Amino acid sequence: MAPLLEVRDLAVGFPGQVVVHGVSFHIDPGETLALVGESGCGKSMTAFALMRLLPPTARILRGQVLFDGTDLVAASQRVMRDILGKRISLIQQEPMTSLNPVLTVGAQIAEVIRRHEPVSRAAAHRRAEELLDLVGIPEPGRRAKEFPHNFSGGMRQRVMVAMAVACQPRLIIADEPTTALDVTIQAQVLDLLDGLRGQLGMAVLLITHDLGVVAQWADRATVMYAGRIVEQAPVRPFFRRPRHPYTRGLLDASVNEAGEADGAHYTTRRLNEISGSVASAAAEPGCPFAPRCREMIQACRAAPPALEPMPDGSEVACIIAARTEAPRVAAVG
Amino acid sequence: MSTLSQEHLTQHSSVGPRGSVRRRHRLLRASLRNPSFLIGLAILLTVIGIALTADQLFPGDPQDMVGAPTLWPGQDAEFPLGTDSLGRNVASGLAHGARVSLLVGASAAAIGLAIGTLIGAMAGYFGGWLDTLLVRLTELFQTVPTFLLVIVIVAIGRPTAPVIVLAIGVAAWPTVARLVRAQFSSLREAEFIAAARSLGYGAPRIIFHEILPNALAPIIVIGSVMVANAILTEAGLSFLNMGDPNLISWGSMIGDGRPLLRTAWFLCALPGGAIALTVLALNMVGDGLNDLLNPRSRTA
Repeated sequence: MAPLLEVRDLAVGFPGQVVVHGVSFHIDPGETLALVGESGCGKSMTAFALMRLLPPTARILRGQVLFDGTDLVAASQRVMRDILGKRISLIQQEPMTSLNPVLTVGAQIAEVIRRHEPVSRAAAHRRAEELLDLVGIPEPGRRAKEFPHNFSGGMRQRVMVAMAVACQPRLIIADEPTTALDVTIQAQVLDLLDGLRGQLGMAVLLITHDLGVVAQWADRATVMYAGRIVEQAPVRPFFRRPRHPYTRGLLDASVNEAGEADGAHYTTRRLNEISGSVASAAAEPGCPFAPRCREMIQACRAAPPALEPMPDGSEVACIIAARTEAPRVAAVG
Repeated sequence: MSTLSQEHLTQHSSVGPRGSVRRRHRLLRASLRNPSFLIGLAILLTVIGIALTADQLFPGDPQDMVGAPTLWPGQDAEFPLGTDSLGRNVASGLAHGARVSLLVGASAAAIGLAIGTLIGAMAGYFGGWLDTLLVRLTELFQTVPTFLLVIVIVAIGRPTAPVIVLAIGVAAWPTVARLVRAQFSSLREAEFIAAARSLGYGAPRIIFHEILPNALAPIIVIGSVMVANAILTEAGLSFLNMGDPNLISWGSMIGDGRPLLRTAWFLCALPGGAIALTVLALNMVGDGLNDLLNPRSRTA
């Protein structure tokens, strides 16, 4: 199956600083890919670069973003504007501030539809009400005439989802869609998004730093560290057999039921941490994680390792992981 | 969906009903509690009423000589506010002058607002070199004294009402441009503008449909003050005999009364009082609007 979106060697930088060092990944039609990493690892930059919505001083340095056969990096502003909101749409982090405070919710949804489809004002408003109903807002006819300040955070995020799916896009980019919401509402919104994904046949690029969210809602996970992809794997092997030392560190540093023998919902065990800080990656000529890695060997410092395919469909950018897996590949073959 | 979420939903739908209607009621109630706004509005509506009915109240040309010269107010029942040195009815002049003053004031303010909003919006939204260029242009206009600029433009053109309106509008836009630019350059960073970009909206749609409604409150407030300033400027021009000679305005009435200031001071005082009252009313309305539309004074 041809991928819906294919990112090839995408690099993004600010003047005098590179923040994304050539990442490559793809998203198949209808799948959810989670882009995981800590704050500042470049995951949001990557997402905004492929929509060409970077902050004014940031530049795409090289690479290609192929979406349905169009290279988004080379596309004109006009082409991009026709794609955004119609075929690719974004759900932002902050539902409280992402809606225009002086326009009614119905008008805002209708405007998206009118921007991209030749429908009458009345038809667009009817569609807006249907969409509010679709995202589970009760009494959509009445709520459509209300302003964002009449809605709670979770409800606003539902409205954002309604705006994002208004023109039935092929791809939704969700930039930490639930960070600002409390846990119960978070699950509702992600369930809603996942349901709509199946219903409307969309793919989702889910940007998150919450591994619980990845485990429950993603098909594949891509881990970024200091502007590079360090591991990429389907969710099952990702959690069963994390290969990159950074991924293992992340999983070690979170509370997971598997670790606690009797299935208790609490632990008294001290969680492991990854020593050092991301800042150490700045001047590192080799693997960006080398300064913090417990398994680091001399070869790690030579050059950043490339992503190597593993037998179960994972890809890892780690010399040691690649070496230990290599004989296994031979034995299987 | 869990029971908790159900609770959440019903709770919020009971908070929200008819928010827009409620808001309108709240604005109305708040304005009723603001006496200076109400007084200003009452004066302004009276002046507008007189201006609109000037032809019915005082038929005929106010420039016509209808009575004996310099009759004092109350001296002749036919001319309750007296006549000027040429025997023109002062009351009729005030009524017709209100029409000219308000019309010039409102249209000049509208021109100033249009230019200022457009330039301020472009500078604030696009930023970069365009911002620098437009800010420099604004500053250039601001360094020239407003009144002097108006006089120069009117002197170059002809002293007709449209030229005067244009001159005042052109001289008044920099204040608006600076205000609008400040609003736009902070609002363009807002999350909902980033969201608008991610929906494929172009610059014109974002500027006029997404940002402008959010910046409207201070623009309305400054608009009322601009009308007041334009009326003053027009009065100043007419006083200097640079107004439209075919139209009677409050400023020209003061100018005509000036030579008789010691003997018939009412010829200057009456139109002067009308100007002062109207400008005061506009400022009171502007102040009131500022309180009413200021989001920080809202207790929503």
